[in-house]
Amino acid sequence: MNVTKQQILDWLQAVTQTISENKDYLTELDAAIGDADHGINLDRGFQKVVPQLSQLETKDIGTILKTVSMTLISAVGGASGPLYGTFFLRASTAVTGKEELTSTELADLLQAGVAGVIQRGKANLGDKTMLDALSPAATIFAELVAKGNTTVDALQQAVQAAETGMKQTIPLVALKGRASYLGERSMGHQDPGATSSYLILKALLETITSDSKANKMNGVK
Amino acid sequence: MKKLINNADDFVRESIEGMALAHPELIKLHLDPNFVYRADAPVANKVAIVSGGGSGHEPLHGGFVGMGMLDAACPGEVFTSPTPDQILAASKAVNSGAGVLNIVKNYSGDVMNFELAAELAVSEGIKIANILIDDDVAVKDSLYTQGRRGVGTTVLAEKICGAAAEQGYNLKQLRDLCRRVNLNGRSMGMALTSCTPPAKGSPMFELGEDEIEFGIGIHGEPGRKRLPLVEADEITEMLARSIIEDTAYTRTLREWDENKEEWVESEITDPNLEKGDRVLAFVNSMGGTPLSELYIIYRKLAQICSEQKIQIVRSLVGPYITSLEMQGCSITLLKLDDELLKLWDAPVKTPALRWGV
Ligand SMILES: Nc1ncnc2c1ncn2[C@@H]1O[C@H](COP(=O)(O)OP(=O)(O)OP(=O)(O)O)[C@@H](O)[C@H]1O
Ligand SMILES: [Mg+2]
Repeated sequence: MNVTKQQILDWLQAVTQTISENKDYLTELDAAIGDADHGINLDRGFQKVVPQLSQLETKDIGTILKTVSMTLISAVGGASGPLYGTFFLRASTAVTGKEELTSTELADLLQAGVAGVIQRGKANLGDKTMLDALSPAATIFAELVAKGNTTVDALQQAVQAAETGMKQTIPLVALKGRASYLGERSMGHQDPGATSSYLILKALLETITSDSKANKMNGVK
Repeated sequence: MKKLINNADDFVRESIEGMALAHPELIKLHLDPNFVYRADAPVANKVAIVSGGGSGHEPLHGGFVGMGMLDAACPGEVFTSPTPDQILAASKAVNSGAGVLNIVKNYSGDVMNFELAAELAVSEGIKIANILIDDDVAVKDSLYTQGRRGVGTTVLAEKICGAAAEQGYNLKQLRDLCRRVNLNGRSMGMALTSCTPPAKGSPMFELGEDEIEFGIGIHGEPGRKRLPLVEADEITEMLARSIIEDTAYTRTLREWDENKEEWVESEITDPNLEKGDRVLAFVNSMGGTPLSELYIIYRKLAQICSEQKIQIVRSLVGPYITSLEMQGCSITLLKLDDELLKLWDAPVKTPALRWGV
């Protein structure tokens, strides 16, 4: 099953909703080890994405993701603005001109996005950042797809990997971003960026599985 | 939360609108994207200096826009860095063709947003130099953290580089000067209370009546350690010692290389303070500490410096780089040479700093 353009648009809508619902939660996580703005920052950015979605219906997936990137870059600020902005920018160049994505193309999209985050933020795995959720998810997704798993199956495992990565940030000492100034005091807290990354990937899975369920009920393959 | 605000969402905009209305002869305001810029910008043949950062540190940066200091300042949301489109628009508005020096505090958000902005500016043909300020000795190593934060030295670098730009320094000279100011400045701060960002509505951290946070930055983030409250002289002693006894500090900083057109990393080491050095002593309020208390801090600082044979030749005392209404202070010592001294004394005319005119 290919991921359609409509599903990408639905995903962005779902991301906006889950970020908005978890705005206070993300901000609380950031209050513990950062400066209490992560949820507020992301919510401000994605709220500006939504009004553009209807105008993007006629555009290809690359253009859609590039617009998301530019919107996040100009509206989020903080560390997560340029990081997620770069994620979507690199993701968009991986799928330029596409109207649908095969599982391999979705894998490319995710891996390009993660590479962008690494280049911009210079973080390593285990530094207690969003990378700890994003990177294992993109890696396992690509691996499973290469082995012939379906998009939904691979994505299910990818989201699980993101969740594990997110939870594994709890005992870590932060080595990047604001939380690193706390040294050992950052231990025992879940990283806000890893949490938002998990939510974003989970929204993708939910968008795609709810569609595939609906399709099954309608007898569509 | 008890604040003189109308609506938390309008906090930044209404505040910069008020500032522009109060100083129409010095500054102009551009909204959407937001930046404050010199009323007479672009100044012909002069390198423009653009800075910016989260709001909540006033008068930094907007209050330092004007003759002899910044050409433009980009305010972000409270404690959140400005965005690349803002910085790009500000750079375009003030660039005379002689190029733009960005003075950036070393926080991951500020660094990444200014880097993106610089890449965009370069792609539009603007000459850019980008210098990071990382003077906060509370952060011991750069291996396990984002590196030292940019605090008090930022104010001094903006003043000194602003004067140099006014005197015709070119972009390369300004970049070298700014780097030198950064290497010679060291700061340490502490908090008596937390602060409340308007959008958050509650204090950033809890601090008991008899506790202090030692080694804070300027974003209401908790510091390196929590200590029992002691008297002012003892606190001054702790702050001053952290600075004076700080040894050479080595870190890798990323700067834009205009020839290679890419970011290059270089290892840079600070010299430590030595007996006989001449310094500028800057005692800063975090926003809620009155001048009377700052002078009590300054009094002890002067004593300590004189015992250590460090000669204070200039001083700055007041709220210049703040954390909203936080009570607390920071000390910055900047080692001066004749050139820096002369540039510090040069005329400046901004909403928050003004002399010699
Ligand atoms: N260098 C980095 N690489 C990858 N992720 C990072 C890096 N620095 C920070 N992050 C992520 O960003 C999250 C914080 O995002 P947030 O929007 O709160 O920005 P911020 O750190 O408050 O920015 P600012 O410094 O401007 O206030 C962290 O939880 C972390 O996951
Ligand atoms: Mg934050």
